Amino acid sequence: MSVDAGTFAYVSGLVRAEAAIVLGVGKEYLVESRLLPLMREGGFGDIASFVVAARTRQDDVLRHKIVEAMTTNETSFFRDREPFKAFTDIVIPELTRILPEWSPIRIWSAACSTGQEPFSLAMAVADHPLLASGRPVDVLATDINEEVLQKARTARFSQLEVNRGLPAPMLVRHFERADTDWQIVKPVRDLVSFRPLNLAQPFDLPAMDVVFLRNVLIYFDAETKASVLRRVRRLMQPHGYLFLGGSETTLGLDDGFARIQVGSTSAYRPLSPPTHASNVLTSANVLSRLGANQ
Amino acid sequence: MIDDSKAMRLILTRIMQGLSYEVLEAADGQQAIERMEEGPLPDVALVDWNMPVMDGLEFVHAVRQHEGWRGVALMMVTTEGEKAQLVRALAAGADEYVVKPFTPDAIAEKLLLLGVSA
Repeated sequence: MSVDAGTFAYVSGLVRAEAAIVLGVGKEYLVESRLLPLMREGGFGDIASFVVAARTRQDDVLRHKIVEAMTTNETSFFRDREPFKAFTDIVIPELTRILPEWSPIRIWSAACSTGQEPFSLAMAVADHPLLASGRPVDVLATDINEEVLQKARTARFSQLEVNRGLPAPMLVRHFERADTDWQIVKPVRDLVSFRPLNLAQPFDLPAMDVVFLRNVLIYFDAETKASVLRRVRRLMQPHGYLFLGGSETTLGLDDGFARIQVGSTSAYRPLSPPTHASNVLTSANVLSRLGANQ
Repeated sequence: MIDDSKAMRLILTRIMQGLSYEVLEAADGQQAIERMEEGPLPDVALVDWNMPVMDGLEFVHAVRQHEGWRGVALMMVTTEGEKAQLVRALAAGADEYVVKPFTPDAIAEKLLLLGVSA
């Protein structure tokens, strides 16, 4: 079964409009693999007739399901390892040093999918000796996709999922068996709160110390990438760390970030507001004062 | 690669060779110990739990008792999926643990965790 040009054009247009995600030419296979389960569930014989139904019936539920199916991405615990190592070895020690003891450390997993990323961060927090004193830590996990959030909230993972990237000692420390699945233990679960959020639209969140926005920007067009980065930067603390995916950067999209080396990986930090503005103002004041004195 | 199932050894051997590892096989813990005594020592041993003669847990114990074999990473690859079994294996000295079924990616990621990538 293949996806014809009209079907692909409709689905890519829909996903672009609803989630600002670009499905370039050549992604027909992705449309096919993601929509096949929905097509079967709806009792349709092929993807084209399923998509036509969503289109002609003006069926919002069906269209929402298509967007959800197309925006669910692969994930694993401690994906790419290095950002998590930097988080443990460098970011947490620095934040505990500069923030007062009563001040919560706020961490945002901005496209959390089925929960592996925020729970990896929460496990790193639970294991960290510098956080053993009970300093408050909030991990906010957001995703556009309600279905993956529902799964994430259960904190249950299959054997196949816990085999992916999760060190066995952590599995033992932070999970309990739940039938054939594994479930994160309550103290770690309680560090994470989930909520739906569309990065492509304005959002209102508390100021963040750490943002994981990994392997998300790659799905957006340049304009959306720039607006997402701008919004993220505005809610980051001046000492904050933004971690992007390995192939992502702020360069050429938002010049308000400085790239910084964190261990063997890199992160981005909001540049301080330019000081030359106040200098100019001061000089102007001085000049006007001089003028007044003359 | 220590597993009494020839089929499982074949599957894992293909995965490991695909990741550019050189693979030595043994059908139980005792055979593996003998091969290690002959040398050369492997960087990592993938160990099934239930095997005749010497099972995986006994093998892990035996390796960890041997002063000169400390550097060998030990990864259990088994159907034993209860938490109590994981705790026993890690307490005995296993470094990693994969419960069957697994994907090739899972094996590759665990090897990365152990720092023994080929």
